[in-house]
Amino acid sequence: MLKIENLHASVEDKEILKGLGIEVKPGEVHAIMGPNGAGKSTLSSVIAGREEFEVTEGTIEFNGEDITEMEADERAHKGIFMSFQYPVEIPGISVTNFIKTAINETRKAKGLEEMPANEMLKKIKEKAALLDIDMKFLSRSLNEGFSGGEKKRNEIFQMAMLEPKLAILDETDSGLDIDALRIVANGVNKLKSNDNAVVVITHYQRLLDYIVPDYVHVLFDGKIVKSGTKELALELEAKGYDWIKQEVTA
Amino acid sequence: MSLKDKLATSYMVLENQIAKNDPLSDIRSKAIQQFENQGFPTKKEEAWKYTSLNSVLKPDYNVFAKKEKAIEYKDVKPYFIHDIETYKIVFIDGIYSSHLSETSHEGLDVCLMSAALSKPKYKEVIDTYFNKVAKEDDSLTALNTAFTKEGAYIYIPKSKVVEKPIEIIHFATGVEDALMLQPRNLVVVEENAQVQIIERHQSLTSHPVLTNVVTEMFVGKNAVLDYYKIQNDLESASLIDNTYISQEGNSNASVHTFSFGGKLTRNNLNYYHKGEYIDSTLKGITILNDKQHVDHYTLVDHAAPNCESHQDYKGIFSEKSVGVFNGKILVDRIAQKTNAFQQNNNILLDDTATINTKPQLEIFADDVKCSHGCTIGQLDPEALFYLKSRGIPEKEAKGLLTYAFANNVLESVRIPEVQKRINKLIANKLGINLGLDF
Ligand SMILES: Nc1ncnc2c1ncn2[C@@H]1O[C@H](COP(=O)(O)OP(=O)(O)O)[C@@H](O)[C@H]1O
Ligand SMILES: [Mg+2]
Repeated sequence: MLKIENLHASVEDKEILKGLGIEVKPGEVHAIMGPNGAGKSTLSSVIAGREEFEVTEGTIEFNGEDITEMEADERAHKGIFMSFQYPVEIPGISVTNFIKTAINETRKAKGLEEMPANEMLKKIKEKAALLDIDMKFLSRSLNEGFSGGEKKRNEIFQMAMLEPKLAILDETDSGLDIDALRIVANGVNKLKSNDNAVVVITHYQRLLDYIVPDYVHVLFDGKIVKSGTKELALELEAKGYDWIKQEVTA
Repeated sequence: MSLKDKLATSYMVLENQIAKNDPLSDIRSKAIQQFENQGFPTKKEEAWKYTSLNSVLKPDYNVFAKKEKAIEYKDVKPYFIHDIETYKIVFIDGIYSSHLSETSHEGLDVCLMSAALSKPKYKEVIDTYFNKVAKEDDSLTALNTAFTKEGAYIYIPKSKVVEKPIEIIHFATGVEDALMLQPRNLVVVEENAQVQIIERHQSLTSHPVLTNVVTEMFVGKNAVLDYYKIQNDLESASLIDNTYISQEGNSNASVHTFSFGGKLTRNNLNYYHKGEYIDSTLKGITILNDKQHVDHYTLVDHAAPNCESHQDYKGIFSEKSVGVFNGKILVDRIAQKTNAFQQNNNILLDDTATINTKPQLEIFADDVKCSHGCTIGQLDPEALFYLKSRGIPEKEAKGLLTYAFANNVLESVRIPEVQKRINKLIANKLGINLGLDF
């Protein structure tokens, strides 16, 4: 589904991703862990199509198609979704209207009619219930004044509405208390199927107790330096990243 | 012949036409003198530093329309707030159209300036209010005063709460090659009365139109006036709007100005306080492209204690368009406990557009709260990426963010249909589909 080869990406002439490769197949859950500043958010943004990051070498393929140069909205139409580590506050647009616009623009791009209002409402209610979100919350301005946890929950709500093929969750667990974490993880698991895939980016093993990964990768200094199964996450939790750093630099 | 000379000659023609007992004859002759002395304002004047009238004064305007042209309602329906009941005062090329209008004398007067000037029963109101708040030493206002002939006359007696909004619409049909219009409006809202008014100037062809309109409004004690200016004219049309509002104690007056169209627009909006506990609101959304020019020149004269004024103007500019905002707040020595707020926020969508923004605060009292702020920025690239990453294409995403930037100004619009209409105009102007109730 997602195949990244030898990816190099820079921002303002500073190279951040330095030859990164990863392959994700349908039905899989991958976790990417790594110290602060390793390039995890950069990787997510580059996959989602953020233009500020320039891909200088390598390719990103999605379902066999090279999307390296594709606009972010087109990638979204193809089924790529990123849950932002820091969702942007946008006063003046409500959550509901934002998600309605997103869904209908995606449908338009696929040559479909707009979703009928009653169907939309039903879907919104259903997904809000799944994530234990109050309908009143959805009429507030997008992320404006939301707590850290509310922002993350809102990201997963959008994911539930858009039903992507590939979801990249960038530190969705940070800012969530244990109950919220369970609700969000449960939401993600409910949406999981054999046709879609999830990439979980996290610092902590905690989230991986709920969203169980098939593979765990360690991202360090712009490269995947180690891959393994879920046991690797436990090892990282116990030993920290220093031993990896030593392995890499040795 | 320059337009100034032409106007001087036309004034003599007008003088011969009007009745011997014209109640305005003294006012008129003083006013034309004033205009002839001053002429049209130029960029040398501080108040006109960023706006040149040169290009709009060039066409050979007819000052009085000679031909009459009828319009069918169905052809102009979109320019009315047609989904609700309203009173309507409609003019075609400066001439009253009874056919398109819906006036009234039942418990209020919604009628014509020409009638008010000629009938004895209105004499007292005219004597009390006409030209009493308009600035006599302003040359464009004086020009309008000299040529006063037609316009809207609205009188709301004590304690009357007017249910239906009043629409004032001026159509220009292009039957003349170039036409200059000078409507004169008078609005008197007596104690405890309430009224909502919507004003629009609409050209229907590409022939040049220049409108120099003066509106005087008197808002009595505890009265409420809401005024909406919808400026979405064709690119051939220019507008100089001179609005003067005199407010008595505890009254509430708001003017919302929505400027999306026209070639050049100058809005002179002046508030004068004549009592305590007055609330004044001045809000605007300006969205320009394609070399359009809009200049907002506001004045709030806080001359009494315990009053509030709220100004919030949002501007969005692209494609060599020019925006100007000059907001003057005067706080008199005796106007203690004044609360005066002013905000002017702008977005430049590309680097060919210009905004000149200047707050002017002259405060002579010590116990006052005054705040002002102006910002000039671009759309936030991070926000743009957020929207795009959810499948919203760049153009729509920019439109949405621009809309979001401006739309808090709409919250204080008290007629839902006007709110909807403005939403639609904004969506059209930004080229996006806002089929949602935002
Ligand atoms: N927009 C940017 N401009 C400049 N440097 C950036 C930008 N975004 C990220 N970086 C830098 O790139 C490196 C990787 O950051 P990031 O991808 O956020 O790491 P992580 O998510 O793993 O903590 C850091 O050194 C960070 O400072
Ligand atoms: Mg990060």
